[in-house]
Amino acid sequence: MPALDLVANVVVSGILTGLVYGLMALGLSVIFGVVRVVNFAHGEMMTIAMYAATALFIALKLDPFVAMLPIAAAFFVFGYALQTALINPFITRPEHSQFMLLVAVAIILVNAMLMIFGPDARNVQVDYQLESYELGPLLLDKGRLLAAAAAVIAAAGLFAFFRYTLTGKAIRACADNYLGARVVGLNVKHLYALTFGLGAVCVAIAGCAMVLLVDVTPPLGPAYTLLAFVIVIVGGLGSMGGALLGGVLIGVSEALAGLFIAPSAKSMFSFGLLILVLLLRPQGLLGRRA
Amino acid sequence: MRNPYLVQISWLAALAALLVALPLLVGNYALSVATLILYFAYTGQAWNVMMGFAGQLSLGHALYVGVGAYAAGSLFFHYGVGPWAGVWLAIALCVALGLVIGFLAFRFRISGVYFALLTIAFAEFTRIGFDHFAWTGGPGGMFLRVAQRDTWDVANFRGPPLMYYYAMLFLAIAAFALCAWLLRSRAGYYWQAIRENEEAAQALGINTFRWKLLAVAISAAMTAVAGVFFAFYYNNLFPEQIFHISRSIEIILGPVIGGVGTLFGPVLGAAVLTLLSDGITEVLAFAGVEMPGIKQVFYGVVLLAVVMFLPHGIWPALAKRLRL
Repeated sequence: MPALDLVANVVVSGILTGLVYGLMALGLSVIFGVVRVVNFAHGEMMTIAMYAATALFIALKLDPFVAMLPIAAAFFVFGYALQTALINPFITRPEHSQFMLLVAVAIILVNAMLMIFGPDARNVQVDYQLESYELGPLLLDKGRLLAAAAAVIAAAGLFAFFRYTLTGKAIRACADNYLGARVVGLNVKHLYALTFGLGAVCVAIAGCAMVLLVDVTPPLGPAYTLLAFVIVIVGGLGSMGGALLGGVLIGVSEALAGLFIAPSAKSMFSFGLLILVLLLRPQGLLGRRA
Repeated sequence: MRNPYLVQISWLAALAALLVALPLLVGNYALSVATLILYFAYTGQAWNVMMGFAGQLSLGHALYVGVGAYAAGSLFFHYGVGPWAGVWLAIALCVALGLVIGFLAFRFRISGVYFALLTIAFAEFTRIGFDHFAWTGGPGGMFLRVAQRDTWDVANFRGPPLMYYYAMLFLAIAAFALCAWLLRSRAGYYWQAIRENEEAAQALGINTFRWKLLAVAISAAMTAVAGVFFAFYYNNLFPEQIFHISRSIEIILGPVIGGVGTLFGPVLGAAVLTLLSDGITEVLAFAGVEMPGIKQVFYGVVLLAVVMFLPHGIWPALAKRLRL
C-alpha cells in the first residue's frame, strides 16, 4: 500500500493532466454537438499540434505557451477549411461514410507527420519543467500546473463565447434545430466551419500544453483519438462541462491505475468505464437525454 | 435478351476458374498477394453481414479476428490440438462475445455512433486484457511452431503457401455463397428492413432485437474463422497488432470502398485496396523513394478521393456502367 502522500500527489497530477485531456475532448464534443460528425482524426490533429510546438521550440526557441497562439490560429484556419472542403458535403451521408472520410484524413495526417518528423519521440525541454511548488505534502510541477491553467482558461473562453456572443448563440441554435436555424436565415455551413475551427483550436492549445507532459510520437495520434472518445462518452457527447469532468475522471483513473496496478493497464480502466457508462447512462454523466 | 442473373453467374464461374488456376500462372509473391486479397474479401464479407445487411456499424471487428486467432492458436500451442478442433472453439467464443455485446447494446438501445464506439471499446478492452494475460504470452506474443513448409500437413494446417491460398480461396467462395443465400433468405429481407427503417420494421412485427443479434452472431462466427486462418498463416500473434483499431479499419475499408451491402463490393474493394497498396510500394521502389509514411499518404489520398466521389462504393458505379 503506497503512502497517503504519494496517492494524494498522484491524484493531483492526474487531475492536472486530466484537465488538458478535457480540453482536447472538449474540441471533439463541440464538433459532435453541433456538426453531428465524430472527428475520427481528432488525436492525429492533437499530435500535429504537439509536433508543431516542438518544431517551433527547436527552430525559434519559442516557449510552448507562446507557440500556442500561432498554432491555434493555424489550426482554426485548418479546421475551417477542412469542414468547408471535406466535411460539409458529408453531413447528410451515412455514419460509415463520414467515418471513412475522417479515417482517410487521419491516415494522411499521421503519415505526413511520420514523413516530416520521423518515428523518433520528440519533446520540449524548458527550464521551468523541473521547478515545482510545495503545498503541504503536495509537490506540484510548474509545467503541469501551467498546462492545466491554459486548459482551464481556454475552456472558460469557449464557454463564454457560446454563452455571451451572438455567433456563439447562433451556433447553439444550429445544434438545437438545423432546419429552424436555416429558416431564420443563419448561414449554417459557415457556422459549422466556425465550430470545427474552434474545436481545432481546443486541440491546438491542448497539444501545446501536452508537450510539456509527454513525448510525442506518431502512434500517439490514434491513442489520443480513442482517449478523446472515452472522455466525451463518459462526460456526455455534446456536453461541454461533461468533457472537462470526463477528462479529469480519466486522468485520475489512469494515474491511480498506473500507481496501483501497472502503467500499461491504465487504459483498460478507461475502456471499462466507457463500457459501463454506455450501458448504464448512454447520454454520459452530464449529458442530456436526446 | 440479356438475363442479368445469367451474366453474373457466368462472370463468377469464369472468375472462380481463373482463381483456381492462378497458382499455375503466377509465382509465390503474387500468390501471397492473392491470398491477402482473398483474406480481406472474406473478412469484408463477414463485416458486411452486420453493417451492409443489417445496418449495425461495427468498428471493432479486430476483436473477433483476435479472439479466434488466440483460441485456436492457444489450443495448438499448449495442447497440440489442430485448428480443425480449434476453429469450433474460436467460433463458439466469438459468437458468445458477439451475443453479449449485441445483447447489451440492443437491450440498452445503443445505436449509431454509440454502438460503433462500444464495439471499439470492447476490442480495446480485450487488447489490453491480452497484454496482461500470461497464458497467451502477454505483450511478448505467442509463436506457433513452424513445421516443414513443403509438405501438406492438412490435419495441423501446416504447409506451403499454396495450401493457404486454396484454403482462403475456399473460404472466400463459401462466404460469398453464404452471403448470396442470406441476402435472399427471410433473415436477409428482415435485416434490410431493419437497416432501412428499424421502427417501421418493428411495426410490421419483426423482432428486430433477435434478428440483429443473429446478424452479429453470423458476422462474429465468420470473422472467427478468419482469425484461425490468421494464426496459422502468420504463426505469431501479438495483442498490439491483432486487436489494434487499425486492423478493424482494414476490415472495413474493402466493403466501404467496394460498396456496402453488395455481394461484390467486399471482393472488389479488397482487390483494389491490396493491389493499390502493393502498386504504390512498387512505384515508390522503382522511383527510388524511401521515406517512411509516404506510401500511406498516397493510400489515404486515394481513399479520400473514392469516398468523396463514389459515395456508394466502386461496385455500384461499375455495375451501372457495365449494365450488370
